[in-house]
Amino acid sequence: MSAVRPKPPSMIGDALAQVGACGLFLLQILAAVPRSLRHIRETVRQVWFTGAMSLVIIMTCGLFVGMVLGLQLYYVLSIFGGTAALGTVVSLSMYRELGPVVTALLFAGRAGTSITAEIGLMRATDQIAAMEMMAVDPIAYVAAPRFLAGVIAMPLLACVFNALGIFGAHLVGVSWLGLDNGTFWSNMTSSVDVWKDVVNGVWKSVAFGAVVALIAVFQGYTTAPTSEGVAYATTRTVVFSSIVVLALDFVMTAFLM
Amino acid sequence: MAAAPPLRLRWRFVQPDRIDVSDDRAQARTPHAADALIEVRGLRTVLGGKVIFDGLELDIPRGRITAVMGPSGTGKTTLLRHITGQLRPDAGSIRIDGADVTALPRHALFALREKIGYLFQNSALLTDFSVFENVAFPLRQHLDLPEELVRNLVLTKLQAVGLRGAAELMPSELSGGMARRVALARAIVRDPTLILYDEPFVGLDPIALNQVLKLIRTLNDTLGITSILVAHEFAAVARVADLVYLIAGGKVVARGTPAELTRGDSAWTRQFFGGEADGPVPFQYPARDYAADLGFPAGAASSTPHTEPRP
Ligand SMILES: Nc1ncnc2c1ncn2[C@@H]1O[C@H](COP(=O)(O)OP(=O)(O)O)[C@@H](O)[C@H]1O
Ligand SMILES: [Mg+2]
Repeated sequence: MSAVRPKPPSMIGDALAQVGACGLFLLQILAAVPRSLRHIRETVRQVWFTGAMSLVIIMTCGLFVGMVLGLQLYYVLSIFGGTAALGTVVSLSMYRELGPVVTALLFAGRAGTSITAEIGLMRATDQIAAMEMMAVDPIAYVAAPRFLAGVIAMPLLACVFNALGIFGAHLVGVSWLGLDNGTFWSNMTSSVDVWKDVVNGVWKSVAFGAVVALIAVFQGYTTAPTSEGVAYATTRTVVFSSIVVLALDFVMTAFLM
Repeated sequence: MAAAPPLRLRWRFVQPDRIDVSDDRAQARTPHAADALIEVRGLRTVLGGKVIFDGLELDIPRGRITAVMGPSGTGKTTLLRHITGQLRPDAGSIRIDGADVTALPRHALFALREKIGYLFQNSALLTDFSVFENVAFPLRQHLDLPEELVRNLVLTKLQAVGLRGAAELMPSELSGGMARRVALARAIVRDPTLILYDEPFVGLDPIALNQVLKLIRTLNDTLGITSILVAHEFAAVARVADLVYLIAGGKVVARGTPAELTRGDSAWTRQFFGGEADGPVPFQYPARDYAADLGFPAGAASSTPHTEPRP
């Protein structure tokens, strides 16, 4: 039977249907945001769970990314005799690219998966249906707070990531390899533009936060109500988030340049 | 602002030990005299290619306890999901107090559900919250009550199901029967006018079963709540139900008071209440020939009576 039906069209159709359903789900969430302000404490709780609880992994990874970047760029720059620009190059690459993107990928793995698994399990154990029966809209009570939490937490996490990254580069460049501290900072402050570099990076991370949180909530909300279904949904959250974040990064970079 | 709702709620407190045992009510309880709160007409449902209901018709009398019984997999849970608008049927109408649930928009459905208590077959407690917060959840979501009143209301309901002492436990620390009773407390915490119990007796020990039966009867007697009770335990059902529907094969096959049904002589009631495997209700889920499935020539196991569903 499956040999008769051509597979690719149905796969593309399924994918498009998923994208469409996800878009409609976003509209539902946005429509429920005003109502979800009633559950503002739930949103705060979610910012705590997705944001504050991700701090350790974000800070650790930021530090190491900055240290590696410091080492690699010091080597490259020393070929041209331009190691004085280390602070500038590291901070630009952190603010513009690595901060938003790596934070989003880590966020998908750390917070996105737990959102999907939690909502999926709520679906599987009828908790979502129970809320509907108690006349509580699960979109406003479950989906919207987690979505908002992603949008709020991501830029903050990206800022922390950037700060730790620059600290790591400073550690390697200045404390270890002996660059001049004043040169490191003054070159950086003179060539990094707040609006073009820092704020654009923040916009990116807001968009990535929305995308990752939307995918995580959508996958959890529409999961098959079985343990296998929840497992698949969690995997899909990481895979789809990573792909969409990187693709969106390209598009946004092209437009924000 | 907060003064009016407390008053309204206070007089509706359920006092489980103040059970009305007067016998004169038995007369008034005959179901045929009561008008219908819920009218199900021509219900047809197909799920996953399988016909669940095929022209189901039933009335749920107002202020009575109506039991819906039937073999597992007949669609009792599905019926409750239809009545509460969680699932739309393929055809037919369900009227609650005149309003057709199958056609209600979402906000009207939510308004209706605020007056309905629903006990899920698997309890469906919110795993993030303690027992206390689970029972308090509907109050906190819909009413702006002072904390003291919420506490009183919740503890009263937990006392009624015998679990006041378990208020601080988390759902994962409860046994199945305890979770069931917490879910029951949550279903009645807003004093609904209609309660649907999906298999409330599963996992209860005889003492808890007695208490829950008493509670169901009390809620019905003191507050005039209409109740729909899905259960398998006929002995328990017979003690509280005013009217029993037996559904099988997508239709109502028997209807009457518990006494009428035990006296009943249709093949359906004899098999279901007598527990005989042989009868109109097939014990086996529809299947292929048994012998062929085991690798023998088809028909070799024809002496086994239950391989095919009976008409
Ligand atoms: N979502 C679904 N998809 C397909 N079939 C379903 C679904 N839900 C229930 N069913 C089928 O409907 C029938 C009735 O289910 P249910 O109402 O849960 O039975 P019960 O009377 O035991 O409560 C079962 O045979 C079940 O297989
Ligand atoms: Mg059931």
